[in-house]
Amino acid sequence: MKTHSSTEPRASTGSRASTGSLTAWSGYRINLVGLAAFSVVLFWALVALFAPYITPHSVGEMIDLDYFGPMRPGLWLGSDYLGRDMLSRIIYGARYTVGISLAAVSIACFTGVVLGMTSAVLRGPVDMVVSRILDAMNSIPSKLFGLMVVAAVGSSIPVLILTLSVIYVPGAYRFSRALAINIDTMDFIMVARIRGERLPYLIASEILPNIIGPVLADLGLRFVFIVLLLSGLSFLGLGVQPPYADWGALVRENIGGLPFAAPAVIVPSLAIATLTISVNLLIDNLPQKIRDRSAS
Amino acid sequence: MTSRVPSLILGRLLIALVTLTIVSFAVFFATTLLPGDTATILLGQAATPEAIAGLRTAMHLDDPALLRFVYWIGGLFRGDLGTSYANHMPVATLISGRLANTLKLAGLTTLVSVPLALTLGITAAMWRRTLYDRIVTIATIGVISVPEFVLATLAVLVFAVYLKWLPALSFTYNVDSFSGLLRAYAMPVITLTFGVSAQMIRMTRAAVIETLNTPYVEMALLKGASRPRMVLRHALPNALGPISNAVALSLSYLLGGVIIVETIFNYPGIAKLMVDAVSTRDLPLIQSCAMIFCFGYLILITTADIVAILSNPRLR
Repeated sequence: MKTHSSTEPRASTGSRASTGSLTAWSGYRINLVGLAAFSVVLFWALVALFAPYITPHSVGEMIDLDYFGPMRPGLWLGSDYLGRDMLSRIIYGARYTVGISLAAVSIACFTGVVLGMTSAVLRGPVDMVVSRILDAMNSIPSKLFGLMVVAAVGSSIPVLILTLSVIYVPGAYRFSRALAINIDTMDFIMVARIRGERLPYLIASEILPNIIGPVLADLGLRFVFIVLLLSGLSFLGLGVQPPYADWGALVRENIGGLPFAAPAVIVPSLAIATLTISVNLLIDNLPQKIRDRSAS
Repeated sequence: MTSRVPSLILGRLLIALVTLTIVSFAVFFATTLLPGDTATILLGQAATPEAIAGLRTAMHLDDPALLRFVYWIGGLFRGDLGTSYANHMPVATLISGRLANTLKLAGLTTLVSVPLALTLGITAAMWRRTLYDRIVTIATIGVISVPEFVLATLAVLVFAVYLKWLPALSFTYNVDSFSGLLRAYAMPVITLTFGVSAQMIRMTRAAVIETLNTPYVEMALLKGASRPRMVLRHALPNALGPISNAVALSLSYLLGGVIIVETIFNYPGIAKLMVDAVSTRDLPLIQSCAMIFCFGYLILITTADIVAILSNPRLR
């Protein structure tokens, strides 16, 4: 990064990004909304990480004689349709929702970004073929794709991770290719080419450092999409299968409590909402320097 | 100077055609991966090996996959979508009524959401950086970040459980009066409208702000045009292209949204049919539904692109 800090890839065109109002003053300072959003994301990450140490009850144990029990001391989030402790189930659900989504988004973005930068550098037939195929994949609605794969090979956690990442490769590809093509026209790339540098060096050392900020922001957005799709599939009964349950599956299994507004169906919905909304807000309020770096 | 528009549009249509071919390949081969032998499923466990072999020949199941793909595509063009494995009815008959239902739902949602979203998006851009804009922005982020089923659950909670205005399920066979129609469609349409509009508002707002940042709009401001006049007369005509692009793209959200919404409200549309087909592993039905979905999606995306080409005066 430091080698061509002097060739800063064009100043970003003002605060074109949709909600740059509070971050208009540049620099690496983060505003209040961003900070609050960050704390929520961090909270769920820690919950997912330390789940076995903080659950008050066993996940599968039926401890309440009543089902869809209300919130009360000892059962802070009530009980589910079998009388199990909802708090413990939410805590474990965080593991599946956050874990699967994180794994999928890492695979998707890694593949997409590497392919995108490669296409941008090579251009020509490679770019043409890869772009066409990935565009075609992009024109299959994501839920439909998930539905078809689950119908074909059944649902297990590895299959889910792979499916989710395949679905989001085209998006990551398109985004990073567009960024990389902008960088590819810069003089320092030309110099590197003339120097005789090869593809791996070009993409890893010349292009990647210049697009890493927007790429990371894009990774965050894609994480949200994946959480939404995973929850949607689980809600349809096609995602995480019992005895495991992510938040989407928790909503599904407790949907019978909806007419009594049971916490068992509301709390997992809220958990999904807090996670995705705060990731979105965090990205929207990222310091300008990170978000707009070379982004057009 | 000759116009580049026809060739650009032709190119876009060609790309759509290539995409459709690749997609139909993908749909066909993904569904052939389904485990289980179709003939055995159809005839049941007790069938004799001869009967199974006969049916396999009759259904071309022993032919190579590529040949079956050609048969299948040929059938699609003649309007022959095959026969459902589950109840031996022609897929076309199963689909037609359901498709009409889904199109009704989608049409109603479009009618409600487009005017709503455009108004909110344009006004938010007009009064940028005010409290109003801030609220609209945060609300749309909130809605976008939430899965459709959570929106649907919240809608049921508010309108059916607490307010008791609407039924929690959708009963389309009970539409004999206007109020009946309203009650049947209200919940699904409300849920879908939320999702679609949020996308549209965001993109519309971004498109208008983009044009507001151009020098000629600054010029309009300098010559003393009022803020509404500056937005409506000067900026909006040039933002129309991106806005209609945004509308078409947001409407493609409907395709994903209906899958959840039809399931949750038990609405007899094509997405519900497909989810059911997945659980009964009804191959021809899944294929046809998937093709309809992809086709609809492709039409919307291509329309969005063509509108973007048409509305760019520099290409004329």
